[in-house]
Amino acid sequence: MTFKTRILATTALVAGIAASGVAAQEQSIIVQSTTSTANSGLYDHLLPVFTQETGIAVNVVAVGTGQAIKNAANCDGDVLLVHAKSAEEKFVSDGFGVERFDLMYNDFVIVGPDEDPAGVGGMQDVQASLEKIASSGAVFASRGDDSGTHKKEMSLWASTGIDPTSGSGAWYRETGSGMGATLNVAVGMDAYAMTDRATWISFENKSDFEIQVEGDEDLFNQYGVILVNPAKCENVNAEAGQAFVDWVISDAGQAAIASYQLNGQQLFFPNAD
Amino acid sequence: MQDFSEAFRLALSLVFSGDSDLVEIVALSLQVSLTATALACIIGLPLGALVAITRFPGRNAVLILFNALMGLPPVVVGLFVYLHLSRAGPLGFLGLLYTPTAMIIAQTILITPIVMALSRQVLEDLNAEYSEQFRSLVLSRWQQVRALIWDARFSLMTVGLAGFGRAVAEVGAVMIVGGNIDHLTRVMTTAIALETSKGDLALALALGLVLMVIALGVNAMVQSLRMTAVRHAYA
Amino acid sequence: MRDVALHTEMSRGAPDAAASQMVPDSRALTTSDLSLTIDQKPLIRDVTLSLSPDGITMVMGPNGAGKSLLLRLIHGLIPPSSGHVHWGGRTLSDDLRRDQSMVFQKPVVLRRSVAANVDFALKARGVRDPARRDALLDHVGLLDHARQPARLLSGGEQQRLALARALATEPKVMLMDEPTASLDPASVLKIEQIVQEARAKGTKIIFVTHDLGQAGRLADDVIFMNRGRLHEYGPADLFLSRPETQEARDFLQGRIVV
Repeated sequence: MTFKTRILATTALVAGIAASGVAAQEQSIIVQSTTSTANSGLYDHLLPVFTQETGIAVNVVAVGTGQAIKNAANCDGDVLLVHAKSAEEKFVSDGFGVERFDLMYNDFVIVGPDEDPAGVGGMQDVQASLEKIASSGAVFASRGDDSGTHKKEMSLWASTGIDPTSGSGAWYRETGSGMGATLNVAVGMDAYAMTDRATWISFENKSDFEIQVEGDEDLFNQYGVILVNPAKCENVNAEAGQAFVDWVISDAGQAAIASYQLNGQQLFFPNAD
Repeated sequence: MQDFSEAFRLALSLVFSGDSDLVEIVALSLQVSLTATALACIIGLPLGALVAITRFPGRNAVLILFNALMGLPPVVVGLFVYLHLSRAGPLGFLGLLYTPTAMIIAQTILITPIVMALSRQVLEDLNAEYSEQFRSLVLSRWQQVRALIWDARFSLMTVGLAGFGRAVAEVGAVMIVGGNIDHLTRVMTTAIALETSKGDLALALALGLVLMVIALGVNAMVQSLRMTAVRHAYA
Repeated sequence: MRDVALHTEMSRGAPDAAASQMVPDSRALTTSDLSLTIDQKPLIRDVTLSLSPDGITMVMGPNGAGKSLLLRLIHGLIPPSSGHVHWGGRTLSDDLRRDQSMVFQKPVVLRRSVAANVDFALKARGVRDPARRDALLDHVGLLDHARQPARLLSGGEQQRLALARALATEPKVMLMDEPTASLDPASVLKIEQIVQEARAKGTKIIFVTHDLGQAGRLADDVIFMNRGRLHEYGPADLFLSRPETQEARDFLQGRIVV
């Protein structure tokens, strides 16, 4: 190939890619999402149904709740689907979102190694179990990434009166990464960790880890869905985004959520009004 | 380790079953990284050549800058490109975020300094041999640049390979600007990161093996081309 | 026989006399007070000369005399520390330099085919002419090798290729820096033939050599240099038989000149 034809070929390649990028934007929306819904496989179950009904392709960017909200506030998405109610409400009141809808829930659990060095196995009172972990000096792995799960964990610590970050780097290890990465770290260090149940069930590197604490009302995990405000972000595909929000909170969408099972267990429980 | 043998088994079955998702991901990886490499060469080779043949005040500072930029962390490049391509950023109107184009832009920025710095070295050596002849022929700067790049083309392939290797292996930049969207912007490295976060270490490792084989294949192709060239005294 | 005054002992002669020689011939190649100093070492010292516009001028002298440097200064490859080079009454410029070409001791061979090496020189003058390229290759006896990678040629063939490339730009002046220094006798003979033919077509040739025999075969006139200074410039037969300076006599008799 001569130099010239090589440049031509490259130009054509680049043009082709640019064109494919444009094509993908028609009749498609971007959902800024928390990772648990993506990693658990819920979207693989849900989205094909929606796309078939509406012809709208859904592109999911799965990041922590904190980053998802930030990205959506930068107008880099059409719909926000996360689990941090107060942050979501602030997102709407700041004008970035149109309206927040409850979508579904599941719950958080505290997982830990089989030998359970802090002796919290079977406890229901999450605050008590956290106090016990802290006082026993057992290692605890935290997301430390301002995600929905991390925010929840911090609020639970706050209600115990313990400031775990004073033990940061010692018994309290902040990974600063996603749920799966944090679970990998916890397994590697025999550390306790708090995770949403869906991620835990679908997580494949459990080793000898088990759920140690579950069932406390305070471990409730509510997901919400919000259309990014087209008045604030003119690029938002409001029609298609609204169609997605309407569908997931409709009877059909809610039924589809309820029907998703992994290893015989239901992962998410629909609770739209 | 059980994960290793499991990974081998999985890698083989993925490859030989022609898993359509895998094919798509591999194709996008190659498309993005090869395009970025081509663009980085189009930008970086002439710049490297220009610096190789030119003496100017502050040249050493430029060389140090080149070399430092070779170590740019992908995630920083990703963030930089994200901030520009985000709807809230100056280039947001282009609507390029979360497209393969955005990934190509990020990787091009990531590896252009590598191409510049390494080609500068290669071309400076060649220029030491050619410069008197060039000056004797009274060539313009642009003619010299073109002649040097053309005559060093086989050595420069190695430079291109270094750039390609870094592009195809990085995850930080494409994750941020591509978003790892299934069937749209998911490439080998982001898929590996995803499977790792899902705790499916065996599958992650299997994808890693496939990536390695691809990188090996590209390297082997270029090297054999180069060996042919060396035999014919073009290198 | 010659229409130019030949200056002997120019460097020691009166500068005024030299300057008066500079104007008339539109093809005259002259240097005035040409000096080159690198790292405070004077390598070329006050060379003033006016070269005859025809024939082959041989530059001779012991190692380190500054022969190659003088060639590069005349060709404008390196700028002088002081002094000037004029050609046809004009200061040497890139425009003028296009009418000169140079052949180096170690042939610079591009990593391309033999034909492409010649094409490269033609293209540098904006010419694309395969027929002319083939004629040039034929002239230096390399037409059969046209498609081969140039770097696989023997040393003598590479130098002939360099000659073909130098001739491609149809230079008025050709500068040759010991082009046959490391070649076998057959190659030397071929190259000398090509040089003679170029001379016959009116190309001025300035040729650095170590080889007294070569000087005897080719030279019309001779420049003798030692330690950066011009010692003699005169007709070859005169210089070779009756050199004027002690250094030249020592050199010609094979004694070590310091």
